[in-house]
Amino acid sequence: MPELIRVGMADYKVSRGPGIIISYGLGSCIGISMYDPQTKIGGLLHIMLPDSTQSKASENPAKFADTGLPLMLKDIVQLGALQSRVVAKIAGGSQMFAFANATDIMRVGARNAEAAKNILKKLNIRLLAEDTGGTYGRTVQIDLDTGVYRVKTIDKGEKEL
Amino acid sequence: MSDEVLELSATQMDALKEIGNVGAGNSATALSQIIDRKIEMNVPEVSIVPLGDVPDLVGGPDAMVVGVFLRVYGEAPGNILFLLPKESAFYLVDTLMGKSHGDTKNLDFMDESALMEIGNILAGAYLNALFNFTKLTLLPSIPALAVDMAGAILSVVLVQLGQMGDHALVIETEFLAEEDGIRGHFFLVPDPGSLDTILSAVGVE
Repeated sequence: MPELIRVGMADYKVSRGPGIIISYGLGSCIGISMYDPQTKIGGLLHIMLPDSTQSKASENPAKFADTGLPLMLKDIVQLGALQSRVVAKIAGGSQMFAFANATDIMRVGARNAEAAKNILKKLNIRLLAEDTGGTYGRTVQIDLDTGVYRVKTIDKGEKEL
Repeated sequence: MSDEVLELSATQMDALKEIGNVGAGNSATALSQIIDRKIEMNVPEVSIVPLGDVPDLVGGPDAMVVGVFLRVYGEAPGNILFLLPKESAFYLVDTLMGKSHGDTKNLDFMDESALMEIGNILAGAYLNALFNFTKLTLLPSIPALAVDMAGAILSVVLVQLGQMGDHALVIETEFLAEEDGIRGHFFLVPDPGSLDTILSAVGVE
């Protein structure tokens, strides 16, 4: 059994393969994996919100797409990954409860996905695959040996990105 | 620390616990009358926890739960979430629909509707008691239901708090109908701005 590293909400972990980094029960949050296939160094970030500038000052940069992604990238590169080889995959960003008069905060999942993609583009990180939206939760894990990003749901099956 | 919830005094925490007690007590009575069973209730817990730890209060982020969510409008807005482990929700449906214990294996449209109505009644009873205690007018939205992982359902509430701080203040009560194997968690999560309103309404500054 390879090592299983758990990532909580508004948190991230980086490591070198073999090993699996996993985050359970994402709703509107997004799980973003970064991976350098050559060195098998990668990470998983679990963000809650798109933009740190629209919130009160936080001590936790991993909560937001705009502050969390550069931070994880820096850690991965520090571990020995080559930035130009790093690729990303994202999953999550659902809307768990559908209300007719959904407020902005209810649609935060879609805004999270949008923000994650924009920041990745800014960082020049290639987005290889995504599984976002819907109305169901997801558990995500990145296998650092292969770079496979696995998305599990309760009744919408399992996907490999 | 920027989080205002971390600055609450012991007296303020006690006041919030009492609010939970009054609200949940009324809800437990209502639930007991609907299903005609004895309902036990734990002393409400007022917890201030890092956002990421909230799902651990109900068995971890990947625990399968049924969640009924209501937004609270009015003078002290917030969110109400009634969470039941999947089996408990099935047993509760059995009881409500007059089926034998263990009959429900999946939730159909009627079952979901019944559970939402329970959420509605519990929230109404809770908020009514809160009104009597605080004179704050609080109105629940229509309920919404999801069957999914606890972390995913809780994230709906947590993202709203996440904009204001890194910690959540949750007033939580556990309901038990021992013989039927039904247990549920009732959460009241005030919006960060509502705390002051609630506390000054009960005369605790």
